[in-house]
Amino acid sequence: MAAKAGRPGEGLESRVEGFNERARVAVKDERLRSAVAVHSKNTIRNRNAALSALPDAPELRERAYRIKQETMANLDRHLERMASAVEKRGGKVFFANDGEEAVRYIGELARRRGAKLITKSKSMATEEIELNRRLQEEYPELGLEIVETDLGEWIAQLAGEPPSHIVAPILHMSRHRAAEVLSEEAGHPLPPNVEDLVYFARERLRQKFLSADIGITGANFGVAETGTVVTATNEGNEGLVASVPSVHVAVMGIEKVVPRLEDLAVFLRLLARSATGQKMTVYTDFVSGPKGEDEPDGPEEFHLVLLDNGRSSLLGGEFEEALYCIRCGACLNVCPVYRQTGGHAYGSTYSGPIGAVITPLLKGDEEAKDLPHASSLCGACWEACPVGIPLHELLLRLRRRQAETGISGRAQRLAFDAFEFGMRRPGLYGIGAKAARGVQGPLLRDGVARSLPGPLKGWAESREIPHLAEKSFRELWREGRIWWRGGKNS
Amino acid sequence: MALFVPCFVDLIRPEVGVATVRVLRSLGVEVVYPEGQTCCGQPAFNSGFFDEARGVARRFLDVFEREDFDYVVCPSGSCSTMVSRYYPLLFEETPEERGRAEALGGRVREFSDFLANVIGMEDPGASYSGRAVFHAGCHQRRELGVLEEPRRILRGVSGLELLDWEDEELCCGFGGTFSVKMPEVSAAMADQKIRALEKSGADTLISCDPSCLLHLEGRLRRTGHDTRVLHLAQVLDPGRGEV
Ligand code: SF4
Repeated sequence: MAAKAGRPGEGLESRVEGFNERARVAVKDERLRSAVAVHSKNTIRNRNAALSALPDAPELRERAYRIKQETMANLDRHLERMASAVEKRGGKVFFANDGEEAVRYIGELARRRGAKLITKSKSMATEEIELNRRLQEEYPELGLEIVETDLGEWIAQLAGEPPSHIVAPILHMSRHRAAEVLSEEAGHPLPPNVEDLVYFARERLRQKFLSADIGITGANFGVAETGTVVTATNEGNEGLVASVPSVHVAVMGIEKVVPRLEDLAVFLRLLARSATGQKMTVYTDFVSGPKGEDEPDGPEEFHLVLLDNGRSSLLGGEFEEALYCIRCGACLNVCPVYRQTGGHAYGSTYSGPIGAVITPLLKGDEEAKDLPHASSLCGACWEACPVGIPLHELLLRLRRRQAETGISGRAQRLAFDAFEFGMRRPGLYGIGAKAARGVQGPLLRDGVARSLPGPLKGWAESREIPHLAEKSFRELWREGRIWWRGGKNS
Repeated sequence: MALFVPCFVDLIRPEVGVATVRVLRSLGVEVVYPEGQTCCGQPAFNSGFFDEARGVARRFLDVFEREDFDYVVCPSGSCSTMVSRYYPLLFEETPEERGRAEALGGRVREFSDFLANVIGMEDPGASYSGRAVFHAGCHQRRELGVLEEPRRILRGVSGLELLDWEDEELCCGFGGTFSVKMPEVSAAMADQKIRALEKSGADTLISCDPSCLLHLEGRLRRTGHDTRVLHLAQVLDPGRGEV
C-alpha cells in the first residue's frame, strides 16, 4: 500500500513505498509545482551569487569533503571527545542506537522533570524518528504538549503535515493555505499576508517559550574539540528554545560531528550560502552545556542525544559518503525530479536526491524501493552539493544493490539478461533488429506508433514513439551508401 | 579513428550516424566502422544490472581496443560518458579490466569534443537557416564538461541564430529507463523544456545527444509542435538532404 502524503507524523519510521503513485498525482498539481519552481529559482540564483562571490568556493568544497572523510574514519574517537567535553561542563550525553531509545530517554526525562510543555526548534533528526508523535503516543499519561517554534514547522505541525523540504518545511503550502491553518489556531480569520501571520505566530509562541519545561533543538554541527553544539537558524527561536526552559535537549545525528573549531568555519561558510544564498544565517548559536554558576541564564540541565539510527552501519562502506551531508537542501533545489513532484511524493523525512539516497540506507531497500529510481541521473545534485557527495553515483550503487538482492524483480532481470545475450552477439543483434522492424508494422498508424505493450505503455501514452528506420546505419554502411554530391563514397 | 554508433542511433536514427561520417570525411578524417559493435551497456548499467552491463561492456572493449584506433568518436554525449567515465566504476572490482577500460576511455571522444579539441575545426563551413537553441545532455555537460565546444561550432554556422533559453541546464527528463519507469514525471520535465523552447522563439532544437532529442521530439510532436529537431552532425552535414 502506498503511504499517503500529508499523513500526520509520517516520517522515516513509517512506510515510504509508492513514490510513483504520489509523483503521478503531484505532477498534475500546478500550484505545488509553481511554488517549488519559484522557490528553486530564487534560491539557486541567490546561491550562485553567494558562491561566486566566494573566490575559494571550489577549494572549500574539497576541504569540506576531506574533513568529512577524515572524521568518518575515526568517528568513534571524535564522538568520545565530544561527549567528554560536554560532560566536563556538566552536560549529560546519551548515545541512542535508534529512534526508540531516543524517544525513551526523552520521555523518561520529561517524566522525571514533571514536564507539561516542550518547545522545539527545527530538527530533521527528530522528524526522522517522529519524536513528537511517539512521545505523545508512548507517554500519554504525561499529557505532553509539544510545540514546534520555527514558523514553517509550526504551521506544518498545526496542519498535521510533515515538512516537504529540508530547509523550507512548508514549501508546498500557499500563503492562503498557511493563513487558513493559522486562522483556525487563532479562532478568527487572519489575512493571508506574511506580516500579520508572523505577528500572530510571535504572540502565540511567546507564551509557549516562556512556560516551556523542556526545550528540544537539533544540531547542525557538533564540535568535538570543544563539545559545542552549533545551530544555524534565521528566526531566533532556537535561542529561546535552548535557553529559557530549565532543561535543554539537543538531538544530533552522529555524523554531524566535526573535529575542530577551524573545521566548523569551513562548513558554516558553505551551509548558508548553499541553503539560501545568505552569507551567514541570521543566528548561529553555540551551546556547550548547562548554565555555569556565574552565568545569568541558560538551562539547569543540558542533554545531548547522539542519534545513530542506522548511520554507523554506513561507515567504511560504499555508501559512507551519504553521511557527509550537511542538510543544506541545495540538491533538492536543483533536482528536476524534486522540482516536478515536491517533497511529499518521497514519503520520507528526507526528500530529493539526498532523501532518495539515505532513505533506503536507513530504512532498507524493500520499503524505499522506488526512491533510487526517482532520478534521471542528471548529476545536478552532485554538482550543487557543497560537500561534493556523488549522489548520482550512490543512486547507481543502490540500484545495483536492488538488482543483486532481487528487489528489482524477475521481469527486469529477464529483460536485461536478454539484453546482454543479444548485445554480446552482433549477429543476433542484427537478426533481432530485423525482426523488430517486422513486428513494429502492426503497431504503427500513419507511420507513428500509438501504443506499446507492457512496461513501455506509460512512455507511449505521453509521447510519440520513434520507430525503427527502414535501414539501420550498419546496413547503410555496408551498402556503401554514405556519400554526398562532391563527397567521397565509402 | 573508429566510429561508435550507439545502438539506438543505428536502429532508429541512422541519419545521425550518416551525418557524422560525412562531416568527419569532409574534414579529411579516415573513418573506420568496426562492424562487431552493438551497445555500450548503458541501459543495464543505469538500472543497476551491473553484471549484464559488464557482459556488454567487455564486448565493447574487445571491439574497440585495437591499437590502430587512436580515437573512438561517438555522436552521443551520454554513450561517450558511459565508456569514459562509468566503465571504471563498472569494473571497479576487477583491476585488470578497469585498467583496460581506463585506457580505452581516454581515447573515447564525443563528436563535438573531437571536432573542436582534437582536429581543431575552426570554420564549420556549413549553413542553416533558422533560430535554434542548443540542449546539452546532462552527461555531456557535467561529466564530460563539453559545453562550450558545440555552441562555438554552432555560432560559426552561417544563417543560424543561436538563442539563449531559460533553465537550459535542466535535464530533459529522458534518463534512459527513468522515462520508462516514471513516464509522468519524465513528461513533466520534458514539458518544462518545451515551454522554455517556446518562450525562446526558436524553431530548431539542436543537441549532441540523440537520446534527449528522441525523447523531446516525441513529446514535441505529441503536443503539436513542429519544431525541427536535429543532431549537431545533421546541422553540419555537407550532404544534408541526401541519403
Ligand atoms: S546532499 Fe549535499 S546538497 Fe544535498 S542536502 Fe546534503 S549537503 Fe546539501
